[in-house]
Amino acid sequence: MGQATASSNAYYVPHASVWPIVGSVALFLLMSGAATLLNGGSGMGLLKFWLGFAILIFMFFGWFGAVIKESLQGLYNSQVDVSFRMGMVWFIFSEVMFFAAFFGALYYARIFSIPWLGGEGDGFATNQLLHQGYEAAWPTNGPDNVGGFFETIPAWGIPLLNTLLLLTSGLTITLAHWALKVGQRGALIFWMSATIVLGIIFLYWQAYEYVHAYQDLGLTLGSGIYGSTFFMLTGFHGLHVTLGTIMLIVILFRCMAGHFTKENHFAFEAVAWYWHFVDVVWLGLFVFVYVL
Amino acid sequence: MATYATTDHHEDHDHKPSGFFERWFMSTNHKDIGTLYLVFSLIMFFIGGAMALVIRAELFQPGLQLVEPDFFNSMTTVHALVMIFGAVMPAFVGLANWMIPMMVGAPDMALPRMNNWSFWIMPFAFALLLSTLFMEGGAPAGGWTLYPPLSIQGGNNVAFVIFAVHMMGISSIMGAINIIATILNMRAPGMDLLKMPVFVWTWLITAFLLIAVMPVLAGAVTMLLTDKFFGTSFFSAAGGGDPVMFQHIFWFFGHPEVYIMILPAFGIVSEIIPTFSRKPLFGYQAMVYATASIAFLSFIVWAHHMFTVGMPLGGQLFFMYATMLIAVPTGVKVFNWVATMWRGSMTFETPMLFAVGFVILFTIGGFSGLMLAIVPADFQYHDTYFVVAHFHYVLVTGAIFSIMAAVYYWLPKWTGRMYNETLGKWHFWLSTITVNILFFPQHFLGLAGMPRRIPDYNPAFADFNVISSVGGFAFGITQLLFAWIVIDCCLRKRGAKATSGVWESAKGLEWTLASPAPYHSFTTPPKIDDRMLAHGDVSH
Repeated sequence: MGQATASSNAYYVPHASVWPIVGSVALFLLMSGAATLLNGGSGMGLLKFWLGFAILIFMFFGWFGAVIKESLQGLYNSQVDVSFRMGMVWFIFSEVMFFAAFFGALYYARIFSIPWLGGEGDGFATNQLLHQGYEAAWPTNGPDNVGGFFETIPAWGIPLLNTLLLLTSGLTITLAHWALKVGQRGALIFWMSATIVLGIIFLYWQAYEYVHAYQDLGLTLGSGIYGSTFFMLTGFHGLHVTLGTIMLIVILFRCMAGHFTKENHFAFEAVAWYWHFVDVVWLGLFVFVYVL
Repeated sequence: MATYATTDHHEDHDHKPSGFFERWFMSTNHKDIGTLYLVFSLIMFFIGGAMALVIRAELFQPGLQLVEPDFFNSMTTVHALVMIFGAVMPAFVGLANWMIPMMVGAPDMALPRMNNWSFWIMPFAFALLLSTLFMEGGAPAGGWTLYPPLSIQGGNNVAFVIFAVHMMGISSIMGAINIIATILNMRAPGMDLLKMPVFVWTWLITAFLLIAVMPVLAGAVTMLLTDKFFGTSFFSAAGGGDPVMFQHIFWFFGHPEVYIMILPAFGIVSEIIPTFSRKPLFGYQAMVYATASIAFLSFIVWAHHMFTVGMPLGGQLFFMYATMLIAVPTGVKVFNWVATMWRGSMTFETPMLFAVGFVILFTIGGFSGLMLAIVPADFQYHDTYFVVAHFHYVLVTGAIFSIMAAVYYWLPKWTGRMYNETLGKWHFWLSTITVNILFFPQHFLGLAGMPRRIPDYNPAFADFNVISSVGGFAFGITQLLFAWIVIDCCLRKRGAKATSGVWESAKGLEWTLASPAPYHSFTTPPKIDDRMLAHGDVSH
């Protein structure tokens, strides 16, 4: 690998890497496997899907491993650090826009399409001819009562508890960051662990809520537009919390291994930003999916 | 950006990796990755072009003769997807890869490994997409806009197309992140934001648009996927959803997308016209602000694609006026290009020919866009060949012409050799004549009422369709000449050696480097000399 030589004023360009092409092959196998499975295929589809998944995990270990190694060797200068920061910020922005599409679907359904189906404005004739007797309401599973009767999850039970859990985890990760910046590794590891535990408890309650919804309330992904928006929004959020928790666990191990210094701990900060992002998305979910 | 902690590396500069696999599959070099993007784009251009010729062959005469209607529909659908995501967008990313580091005084892109991943996702994404052509039930045939319920009534192709779009989105987002980080973080000291070349500015804004809207497209197609396979009701009125909602979400992506495909073109033309007019660009800052205005407006005009689908009157008025407002900053740009040429010492080498062709023909496409923006007129034009003519003027004589101009302009810098100027001029004139034979009659067909995306038509439309098809085949064959000129210049190396400046009065950092440019563009930050910049009013 590289030897850091002390010529002044030089730029840094990383050496060639096999991981991008490995990642592309993995994505291809994963995606074509998933498509095959959705089309009702089995054997080859399953094989491609899991092989792609395994290679993708392998790629993450390899790629991040290489980057961590180079970082510990001191190859990265402050300019590289800024590039990494910008990369993470704009990645999070792209994630925000991904959620925006699903929030947009929720708002559109509630503000426009459901009142129209109920006969408001130009929807009068539609309502009379196609959906007679349907009255706009929220929650709803539409004029055809798609998915059958269902009940919703009240905001002030588990969702409120989860809100408090995630908000608290935002605080604990900040305490961990403060501990890192003053060099108290014990406190850093304690607060990091606390954040991870809070994340896992959140996920536990979220899973509990899903089981409850499917088994007792009749609320499923197929419960019309309410079930669609509810499960897609909370589901993608839960997926992001899961990824965030895995990232936090990796960072915890790196904290224990002593990878981070008071000045130099971009990976920690990137994961903290990501954690705050899933936190903020949850607040949006709590207000617009559960409360309102 | 004052201090640079220093780190050199074992692969010392100017030493290309030795192995073929290492150089082309594991690359961290912006030039090699740029080349990969451009070659990929050229291949996709010919694949998409072949599909267009299937369409034009079928439409040569009324009645059904060559292909099944469903295959015809597949051709219109896949042609669009291939040309948009496979030809135009990767070509611009390839140009960005090659030129932005050189233009801002950087050694490479900010995140070189991610850069390689952005590229290498693309061939796999298109393998996924094009594999549907050989599938039971055929390729997607519901139009590139993937409107439900039609799009999700397809056969086995639906999941493949959706996942292919996901992969293209991942690639675009990573590419855009890289470009933003490069522009904001890798500029040489003294290369202030308002001293950057216009091409860099347009790409900065384009990259922002990409990151803002590609995830929205990903969300939209994810909802299609769950509607088809997992029982959700996003786009089904029976469950309280709305198929029109897909159109809103799709066009919230789709309209900024059309500016993603034209803003870099504006940047290219703004580089070329000053060089061959031997004058600084007129109104540099106005160009930058106009680009930003167009980008902002692109977010609030999407529903002009859906006027006939049913919308409250207030919505129609808002989207009509907001759309027409875009003509203002666009007009500023066209005015500035013309003012740059005004009383310049102009010469017409091939890049300049394509740039001037761009200004005139793109403006025709812009005007037909204004006509389409008018709600009552759009009720007549919607889904006719008038729309097809409009967006092909914008995309072929706009985006594609600018890409051709850029290739001719920078090819000597990339290869160190001049291309064959005589053949270049032939390519321009043949392309310009044939593209107008191809698309201009489609305006008349549309105004006369010929619907788009239909393999058969009323015999009354026969004459103009014959003309259009003849133009189509002539334009397609002409592009083989382009491929030959590029191959001749890159591989046969028969042309004259290019100087570092290449063109008589080309300005900008890229022309201070040797031709061909060294493997790592700038290994140390260069000094910025304002007199080397391609625009006048840098002393703000």
